[in-house]
Amino acid sequence: MILLFVSLFTFSANSNAKSITLGWAAWDPANALQELTKEFTAETGIDVNFEFVPWPNFADRMLNELNNKGKTFDLLIGDSQWIGAGAVYGHYVKLNDFFNKEGISMNDFSPATVYAYSTWPKGSENYYALPAMGDALAWAYRKDWFDRPELNSEFKKKHGYDLGVPANWNQLHDMCSFFQGREIDGQKRYGAAINTERGSEGITMGVTAAMYAWGMEYENPNKPYDMEGFFNSPQAVEAVEFYRKLYEDCAPPGHSDAYMVANLDAYKSGQVAFQMNWYAFWPGVSKEDSDGRVSGFFANPKQNVAAATLGGQGISVVKYSDKQDLALEYIKWFARPDIQQKWWDLGGYSCHNDVLNSPSFPTSTVYAQGFLDSMGIVKDFWQEPTFVELMLPMQEAIHDYVVNGKGTAKGALDKIIEEWVEVFEADGKL
Amino acid sequence: MSVKKKFKGLSDKAVAWLFIGPSVFLLLAINIYPLIYAIRMSFTNFYANKIGREPQFVGLKNYIKVLNKEAIWEKMQVTANFMFWTLLLQAVIGLGLALLLNRKFKGNELLTTLIVLPMMLSPAVVGVFWTYLYNPQVGLFNYVINFFHDFGSFDMIGSSVLAPWSIVIVDTWMWTPFTMLICLAGLRSVPNYLYEAAEVDRASKWQQFIYITLPSVLPFLLLALLFRGIENFKMFDMVVELTSGGPGSATELASINLKREAFEKWKTGYSSAFAVILFVTIFGFGNVYVKVMNKIKER
Repeated sequence: MILLFVSLFTFSANSNAKSITLGWAAWDPANALQELTKEFTAETGIDVNFEFVPWPNFADRMLNELNNKGKTFDLLIGDSQWIGAGAVYGHYVKLNDFFNKEGISMNDFSPATVYAYSTWPKGSENYYALPAMGDALAWAYRKDWFDRPELNSEFKKKHGYDLGVPANWNQLHDMCSFFQGREIDGQKRYGAAINTERGSEGITMGVTAAMYAWGMEYENPNKPYDMEGFFNSPQAVEAVEFYRKLYEDCAPPGHSDAYMVANLDAYKSGQVAFQMNWYAFWPGVSKEDSDGRVSGFFANPKQNVAAATLGGQGISVVKYSDKQDLALEYIKWFARPDIQQKWWDLGGYSCHNDVLNSPSFPTSTVYAQGFLDSMGIVKDFWQEPTFVELMLPMQEAIHDYVVNGKGTAKGALDKIIEEWVEVFEADGKL
Repeated sequence: MSVKKKFKGLSDKAVAWLFIGPSVFLLLAINIYPLIYAIRMSFTNFYANKIGREPQFVGLKNYIKVLNKEAIWEKMQVTANFMFWTLLLQAVIGLGLALLLNRKFKGNELLTTLIVLPMMLSPAVVGVFWTYLYNPQVGLFNYVINFFHDFGSFDMIGSSVLAPWSIVIVDTWMWTPFTMLICLAGLRSVPNYLYEAAEVDRASKWQQFIYITLPSVLPFLLLALLFRGIENFKMFDMVVELTSGGPGSATELASINLKREAFEKWKTGYSSAFAVILFVTIFGFGNVYVKVMNKIKER
């Protein structure tokens, strides 16, 4: 009997020691990762517990955990913008030695994702994460409506070109406004579900999709943190004005505080012709439409330049974890090309070159080519350690202008710069 | 040794301290210490998320910054509007309902229970379900309004004109029963002989209301409004769930802005100064209000 207790206790202690906890946002790719990880547990005997936090609370929950040096998570799939804070405040383990020891080369991953998800300072060879989930803001559209001859001919008559993937934002507006308030199959439809959320990052991610396409730069390339004339350049102002026009002319009623799930719901319920969203959601959208008859997908349209808002995350080992060795073992396993291929097959967005450069990749799904196109043109928000402080004034000012209709686009951008200067001054950067 | 014996040698004062000691300790630890700490922080440039950086004394800089910031005054204006309309509506409707329920009729108890139900719900839950009620496409609110008059599709939460009213309506819906209950208690404490004497003097119903009912119930109503005023000054959860302070900053109350400055932008020193200003404001108004209320009671 005593032996039984001893063995049970030993088993329990061992099973506890052989488990790690991974934190991520609660969304479709997280479920795919959970499925994929079963293979890791089968191979290594290490249990992986998952804690998925809904997007609106994700940053708050995780950053508080890191700031408090919490031990809840051994692995964290954190947003690209967190990498600066992760590195500077010492939340993430620097992975260079581990990568060298295990023969993991960052050259095996897409350069844009390594730059965005792994390095700090940006572009250096200091790695704090392995690119885990490539992502960018893109568009889905109701291809089945576009394919209707009567709608196409009416549109062509009005605008002089066919309904299809818009070549630029002007065409996007033409098409969105064409569907606004239109009755199709007895139901009133609208133009586009775009990001307007105010609380976290939604409207910033949306408006920057336009601003990047108009050629906005955050700062003077020759003088860091000098934003005057760059972030509030005439092109940037025009882009923000355009985004407001798109919201006013094309958004469905009540779409004033909408982000990922709200856009998805508006599209799936047949309310809108277009939705702006992350690639992460496209596997779900095309799940019951594998031949692509209902939905089409395209990368962010260009205006003055081709550009797209970067999403996605890298996977990092938390410095405060007592199980760093097990967490590193997971990263080693996850970096394997065969696992990366399975990751893509399950609906995750691999950043591994073996997967992306495979001849079959562009045709592997209806959105694969768009993903490849996007990852070549991505731009990200500030990745500074103070990114939250930088994000919030932009959320407020842009929402006030676009949704609330208050003031001017130039005024909103000037106000943002004013707040950003204060943040950089407090951070000792200015 | 029995407990009785143990306490036998203690003086009355010592026993009193023994009883109130834990409460005093908790009060000091949970209320007074954080207050003093916040006042201290308000004179520094402290950022709670900047690990290892020592806060520096900046004098009155944070206070000057808060008071000179246009956005802060906008938030205060939004808060003042919200408080004015909610208190006014809750006073009028609450008193009206109390007068109605003070009469004896069939189903009085059931109606009272139904009216009181909203205030038993969690404010966050109320915020969430009213977002659905306000939905311009499928929400019940638009349907009901359009049933009486066709205004077409209108967005209560997305419109900068209607959004402030959307939070006023929800708060009034939720908390009018509270005002009503307090007023009802006041009404039931008015002795019947006053009305009988008024009847003898041939006072009209209106005169009875003005000279008997209103003066009797007014201290109760003012007390209810004091509670509601304090609550609404720091209103947070319901509005965050309903509008997140939007569109833009149309419904961003001072408390929501304070939370964003303190725990999202991590401007600890600055937000401490803002919190102290809010505290002094509500403390000052509260004191004046209580004095006025006491004077009314004395009359």
